Amino acid sequence: MIKHLLSMDQLDRDQIDTILETAQSLRQVTDRRMKKLPTLRGRTVCNLFYEASTRTRISFEVAAKRLSADVINFTADAKSSVAKGESLKDTAWTLEAMGVDVIVLRHWASGAAQQLSEWVAASVVNAGDGQHEHPTQALLDLYSMREHFKDLEGLKVAIVGDILHSRVARSNVKGLVTMGAEVVLVGPPTLVPKLPGADVQPDFDSVIGEVDVCYLLRVQKERQADQFFPTNREYAAMWGLNARRAARMKPHALIMHPGPMNRGVEIAADVSESPKSIIVEQVANGVAVRMSLLYLMLGSENGEGMQ
Amino acid sequence: MAGALRAQEFALKAQVMDASDVRRALTRIAHEIVERNKGTEDLVLVGIRTRGAPLAERLAAAIASFEGGDLPSGALDVTMYRDDVALRGPRGIESTTIPVDIDGRIVVLVDDVLYTGRTIRAAFDAVLDLGRPRATCLAVLVDRGHREFPIRADFVGKNLPTAADEVVKVHLDEIDGEDAVLIGKWRPVGDEKR
Repeated sequence: MIKHLLSMDQLDRDQIDTILETAQSLRQVTDRRMKKLPTLRGRTVCNLFYEASTRTRISFEVAAKRLSADVINFTADAKSSVAKGESLKDTAWTLEAMGVDVIVLRHWASGAAQQLSEWVAASVVNAGDGQHEHPTQALLDLYSMREHFKDLEGLKVAIVGDILHSRVARSNVKGLVTMGAEVVLVGPPTLVPKLPGADVQPDFDSVIGEVDVCYLLRVQKERQADQFFPTNREYAAMWGLNARRAARMKPHALIMHPGPMNRGVEIAADVSESPKSIIVEQVANGVAVRMSLLYLMLGSENGEGMQ
Repeated sequence: MAGALRAQEFALKAQVMDASDVRRALTRIAHEIVERNKGTEDLVLVGIRTRGAPLAERLAAAIASFEGGDLPSGALDVTMYRDDVALRGPRGIESTTIPVDIDGRIVVLVDDVLYTGRTIRAAFDAVLDLGRPRATCLAVLVDRGHREFPIRADFVGKNLPTAADEVVKVHLDEIDGEDAVLIGKWRPVGDEKR
């Protein structure tokens, strides 16, 4: 299929379909008593994380373990060699020397995964690189939408919030456009860039009644100092999904969020737990989608298989 | 399929079973399964995807027609348990659907062709991950020989001696629009002789 997954740009509609369909078959394994498959026995997956993460790292770890691969977790913190000044390249070479087949990389620098893929023989999966992309998040979001709406063609999806700094938004826009969905970006004008294939709409209230999916992004506290918007209260009033806005959504429409949530800012606490919210499903689906990806990438010895 | 390889096509040598032959073989196997197990108690038929699945359904329906009752039948995808995943590359996987808990039951695995035995070995692993059957047996429409594991079928529709380079194709109405068993060889597309 593909040797590395660095960006949603790499995947065409057929490849996304294959990943999602395979994930669907694997999803049922996660519901049975025996949750493990022997497929990747003897393979090693390394989670190499230079940024804080809970769900993505654990999700990859669970996915790899369910396929019987060995998992190494490396977190670049004060106790690691990175604190001694080791570069990404040297860390990666060290891991590779120990026989790692896949490196799942989370890094604060945009383009880190691409760079790493040029240095190592192992497969590289981008688990979030700076403000660039987070392709496995987009895949699990596409999967979650498809569970509810069979076909993504023509689906209307609003992505709301800090689009500018969001790798989740960038990957999702690419994936949704590839699958034929209509994407509208909503948020403070200072934080909404033009992205290929997506419309821009500054007024949340004028789109909330029309969309099939309302995808809320996390307000990144670390950007707060840059004054892209005045206060959290003003953000919540203008672009937060509160009960009043949620009540105007179509009956079948869904609420999504990549987590972690800032309740009371981009999403009201009660809205995040409403029947429209599939935020917990997204997390569960993430394991199946990552299993699918690891299987399709590692299932063949040369990484070129998949029919 | 395999992108870099030269495209191949099936060159038919002979049809070895037609629709009536398939029907009679399945009817006989259905009776043998019931006879050997002295009834249908605890039986569950599990077809190995792709073509074992409709065969298991047909056997379950046949047994129900003369024994009464409703025999559970399901489908098993063994792709993730194969020993050649790395060699052949990842393939699409389908769902495993077995409507009952197999603990303590007699599982009748059903497949279209028994060849090396590797698929059946994978199926054992897949079944054991689902539970602990009291016993497992195997029914196949065609046994073509050339085993690579000490595995045999308990119920065989037709024993078909073949050469290793020959290909046995089973066509089933549910998937292929007709019932037939064909024997032939792969040849490169456009290579008309042989």
